[in-house]
Amino acid sequence: MNSSPSSSIRAMSSGAVMHEISIVAGLFETLLEQARDHNAREVTSVRLKVGLLSGIVPELLASAFDMYKKGTIAENAALEVETVPLGVRCRACGAESRKEDFVLACPSCASPDLEIVQGTEIVLEKIELEIDEGAPGETG
Amino acid sequence: MPTKEVIVLQDLLGPNKKIAAEIRAELEKRGILAVNLMSSPGAGKTALLEQIAVRLKTEAAMAVIEGDIETERDAERIRAKGVPAWQITTGGACHLEAKMIGRILPAVDPGLDFLFIENVGNLVCPASYELGEHLRCVLLSTPEGDDKPKKYPKAFTTSDVLVLTKADLLPYLPFDIDKVVREALDLNPKLRVFVTSAVTGQGLDEFIAFLLHSRDELRRRHA
Repeated sequence: MNSSPSSSIRAMSSGAVMHEISIVAGLFETLLEQARDHNAREVTSVRLKVGLLSGIVPELLASAFDMYKKGTIAENAALEVETVPLGVRCRACGAESRKEDFVLACPSCASPDLEIVQGTEIVLEKIELEIDEGAPGETG
Repeated sequence: MPTKEVIVLQDLLGPNKKIAAEIRAELEKRGILAVNLMSSPGAGKTALLEQIAVRLKTEAAMAVIEGDIETERDAERIRAKGVPAWQITTGGACHLEAKMIGRILPAVDPGLDFLFIENVGNLVCPASYELGEHLRCVLLSTPEGDDKPKKYPKAFTTSDVLVLTKADLLPYLPFDIDKVVREALDLNPKLRVFVTSAVTGQGLDEFIAFLLHSRDELRRRHA
């Protein structure tokens, strides 16, 4: 085997120490896009659904959101976070169940052969915008 | 001023999942099995990789991507074993993301058998980010204590393999190995468990045989 063609890569410079910040950075990209598409003056509310198995802590997400929003179009936006339980479908008995714990066994037949159908996601569900009057484009 | 409600329904981890899927597909085309190693700092990820490097030398070609907050130290340890290694320093971030792996991918030798990705030492955040891996391995070292699977469930529920490390210390520690395995399997009945020591070599041949078998399976599926 050849020896190292290797290198060093500096991946981030933000000093982000919790991964909720990178989630919020991605969220703000989407918020800016949406605001632009709808000629919005302001984003006034943001609603997220956070899966139990997403690895996201809602409180940290809220802190990161408050830190990030200053000076942006969502400066005064209210954040609402709904926690989504784990949803599983059993490949053995076909039962669909909701789980509040992390134990990956079917509550009906105890089979470990489960498909996770819900609970790993962090979904931006909906936002509320204040629309600039008189601006061109669609203004609902 | 008029207001408007917009239904967006967008998975915020979606962009990372998409890049991870592209990386996975590219590696499958090349017949390379990618392994994502996750654990707390100091559980022995680099020591395990050093032992794999020594034992695989004649059998298979590997490369390693090292993720750390600072320093080249881990990549240097891997290079000292004659294995190509890239160091990603995140400058504070607690996990690797797929786009960081994507930047390195073009430089990865297409003739490899294995690409190991050593995640930032952290039993929480890395679990949320797919990196394009085919096997996700969580390591737990005996000095960390036998209560960890239930305390950090996501790392265990999303992994394919549990590697217990530092088994040579078992005689000195109140670590109930049966309890750990039972609790980990309660969370995730599909976990493959290996009990290893980088010092005595315990369990390493079994783990490497499993890796080689997984590579063969991957190549059969994507031939």
